[in-house]
Amino acid sequence: MLQLTGVVDDRSMRAQYLDRMDIERERGITIKSQAVRMPWEFENQTYALNMIDTPGHVDFTYEVSRSLAACEGAVLLVDAAQGIEAQTLANLYLAMENDLQIIPVLNKIDLPAAQPEKYAEELANLIGGNPEDCLRVSGKTGVGVDALLDKIVQTVPHPVGDPNAPARAMIFDSVYDSYRGVVTYVRMIDGQLTPREKIQMMSTRAVHEALEIGVSSPEPEPTKGLGVGEVGYLITGVKDVRQSKVGDTVTTVAKPATEPLKGYSEPLPMVFSGIYPIDGSDYPNLREALDKLKLSDAALVYEPETSVALGFGFRCGFLGLLHLEIVTERLEREFGLDLIATAPSVVYEVTMDTGAEITVTNPSEFPTGKVKKVLEPMVKATILAPKDYVGVIMELCQSRRGNMIDMQYLGEDRVQLRYSLPLAEIVFDFFDQLKSKTQGYASLDYEESGLAEGDLVKVDILLQGDQVDAFSAIVHRDKAYAYGVLMTTKLRELIPRQQFEVPIQAAIGARIIARESIRAMRKDVLAKCYGGDISRKRKLLEKQKEGKKRMKMVGRVEVPQEAFIAALSTGDEKKGDKKSK
Amino acid sequence: MATFHGYVHVPFCRVRCGYCDFNTYTATELQGFPQSAFISNLRAEVKLARENVGPRQLETVFLGGGTPTLLPANELAEALGLLREAFGIADGAEVTTEANPDTVDRDYLSVLKEAGFNRLSFGMQSAVPEVLAVLDRTHNPEAVARNVAIAKGLGFQTSVDLIYGAPGETMEQWKQTVQAALSLDTNHISAYALIVEPATKLARQIAAGALPAPDEDLQADKYEYLDAILSENGFDWYELSNWSKAPNSVSEHNIAYWKGQDWWGFGPGAHSHIEGRRWSNVKHPTTYAKHLALGELPSIDGETLSENEKLEERAMLELRLRAGLDLQVIRKLNMGFAKSVSELVAAELIEGSAAISGRAILTLKGRLLADFVLRKLLGL
Repeated sequence: MLQLTGVVDDRSMRAQYLDRMDIERERGITIKSQAVRMPWEFENQTYALNMIDTPGHVDFTYEVSRSLAACEGAVLLVDAAQGIEAQTLANLYLAMENDLQIIPVLNKIDLPAAQPEKYAEELANLIGGNPEDCLRVSGKTGVGVDALLDKIVQTVPHPVGDPNAPARAMIFDSVYDSYRGVVTYVRMIDGQLTPREKIQMMSTRAVHEALEIGVSSPEPEPTKGLGVGEVGYLITGVKDVRQSKVGDTVTTVAKPATEPLKGYSEPLPMVFSGIYPIDGSDYPNLREALDKLKLSDAALVYEPETSVALGFGFRCGFLGLLHLEIVTERLEREFGLDLIATAPSVVYEVTMDTGAEITVTNPSEFPTGKVKKVLEPMVKATILAPKDYVGVIMELCQSRRGNMIDMQYLGEDRVQLRYSLPLAEIVFDFFDQLKSKTQGYASLDYEESGLAEGDLVKVDILLQGDQVDAFSAIVHRDKAYAYGVLMTTKLRELIPRQQFEVPIQAAIGARIIARESIRAMRKDVLAKCYGGDISRKRKLLEKQKEGKKRMKMVGRVEVPQEAFIAALSTGDEKKGDKKSK
Repeated sequence: MATFHGYVHVPFCRVRCGYCDFNTYTATELQGFPQSAFISNLRAEVKLARENVGPRQLETVFLGGGTPTLLPANELAEALGLLREAFGIADGAEVTTEANPDTVDRDYLSVLKEAGFNRLSFGMQSAVPEVLAVLDRTHNPEAVARNVAIAKGLGFQTSVDLIYGAPGETMEQWKQTVQAALSLDTNHISAYALIVEPATKLARQIAAGALPAPDEDLQADKYEYLDAILSENGFDWYELSNWSKAPNSVSEHNIAYWKGQDWWGFGPGAHSHIEGRRWSNVKHPTTYAKHLALGELPSIDGETLSENEKLEERAMLELRLRAGLDLQVIRKLNMGFAKSVSELVAAELIEGSAAISGRAILTLKGRLLADFVLRKLLGL
């Protein structure tokens, strides 16, 4: 579309043009929405089409919902070689809820593996209408794209709004740019905005001057203002994205609107993890990096936290696992930090016998007294897969405390399964398991579905009687023993022998449920030390001084940092080198 | 003023033992370098050393390898003669050569005695053929007894080297070796835990699963057994891996290393330490010879030790000795040394009474954990 409408010339065009971050291009995904404006001529009249490219992944559903609320129509793009994925469905339902005009499109029809007939049938079943109404295009060859643009002009309703009313613009995104400060993306509903005008954020009443107003086509292009129906950006010179809250309404000081537009609910963090610098002296750098990242990622929350095992770090809240992964990767890559992240956990609401209620975002803070009940977040998960995998998927969901809601055929060989599952079971390694058990064919989407009571306990891991906070976990009572055995065995392999015996225990409260021990080291001596060995041995000693920095003390026990990292990784870790020499 | 000592490295072996990472070469690995050129090169290095060091008398001499006794007896005599001629050797000085039991006999040893050698260190390693086979040692265990008897008859001080903890070696086999060593009635025994050095044949065999890795707990048991049985038989430990029968039968030469004395190491790959400077010679005999032919010292890796490094070395070496380490050395290196010392006494790794009088002396348990004790003392 970008090429056909002439906004990007053939020479500048590249794949994933609108995905600006390296990480998006590497993973082939979209994390941030991008707006673009394109001219298109239809029946001798020129139209301005405003389009927003949105992410698809479940973690970024809130980005999608914001974008959908700013639009009149949606192009539902489905890969003609893969068919509908669970997240496509989720986004489709979102669009339907917003009463948008939906244009079904099958993309990549140039691929040899494309099956447009089959998937057109599936799409038609989902949204109603005929399979023939489904457009077939190839972004690569350009086939069908002009028809799509025509169709957009024909079917998507023209914007309705009062050009003479006080200005109301909906903020649907706001990003931090290190050169220009905060760039606020808006959709004009009523009235107009012009440069140099005093504008006001209706929720905070903050007043700024609109230094620049423009549209993305797709590079930023200053204009003389924005009118009804237009999508564009504002620059006010503000440095903090929180000053331009997504969902807020922008009006003018001169002619202020009285009623703000209906906003969006703020996304709540679903998954928490402790993030620690491997080198303790990087703590201030980590803080600065998080502050900077927060400028362009309003969904990220964090607060300082200390761990006996890992030192100083931050407890961070994320929208989901992909969000967690992307944030840690950006921290490491864009800020050059080496980090350890603790196992992801969810938020528990704990009620004590005394009636006190406690919100737990870090397992090690789970209360010790008499617990009356524990509520955990649940999700409604939708899994799409070829029918041959129904058995393994059901088995997996069953083992993760899932309850099936329903199951239905989408086409003749594709099945949609819906399950109610505890979020905690999904954040562990559910997606990896699902992918590996279905040879990558299954797709997953989920949405929050409230809280449910669970028979949950906290399992602590003790080294010589001292709790290692980073390894505490809240698990279902039936799985506590397995977790205890897994962790104690892992740690026995990973922690080098000390000069005394080190018991490793897993405990629920005061009750020990699993136990291992690291036998005392009896021999740590170089047998031969003659003329030629002396320099070598002294240099080894110097090296050990360096290695010492990467040792953490848990009580009297020295634990190499690598042991923590290996124990925190969920996969099959390599056996640690048990020699400390 | 430090005393002055001479070491001569003879880097030749008939076969390379699987565990060995020393600088030594078999005939094929020499790539045409003739063993007979050893003495002429040594002569050149001795001349350069004499110019460098000036007039200093040698207090001890030690020939090691490799296998010094692969050279004809008269060449070893000649090597000693070169050193005597250049530096002079103190009266009654200890003059040792390592000896492979298979490469010597009465005539050979007589020539050495005549030349001025007075101490022989036999590479016995084990009395058990299966263990010797794992170690790739080719000698016949009976040759050790025969040659030790001859050496004693000729008036040599004698010592045997043992290795414990070879893959698969049982406690019974080790006891057998220790008994055999005792029956030789030498006045000195060295015993080394087998260490799997990287890039050796043994390391590859273990990595490939062909041999089990040494069991460190079993090695500790073997050390404790050895120490007990040697003390019952009149031996005292004077360094972690060395035991002697009477005070005058310790290896004076080795003590010089541990006391930080000066020595010149002659031959390919040999290490030297003179007045706070350490260096080593290039390793391959061919390269070594090339440097000498140009009239230059074949040395590389030179370093001059800082005051702190000197102290660290003292701590590292003297802690290994029966006499122990003066805690003043530690005080200068580690502010928190008092806490380290008291923890080590509490853990029974160093002797409490000695610690009170200012010395760190390892207990039996501490000897097995000497490297840990050192790190603790240095506050690492």
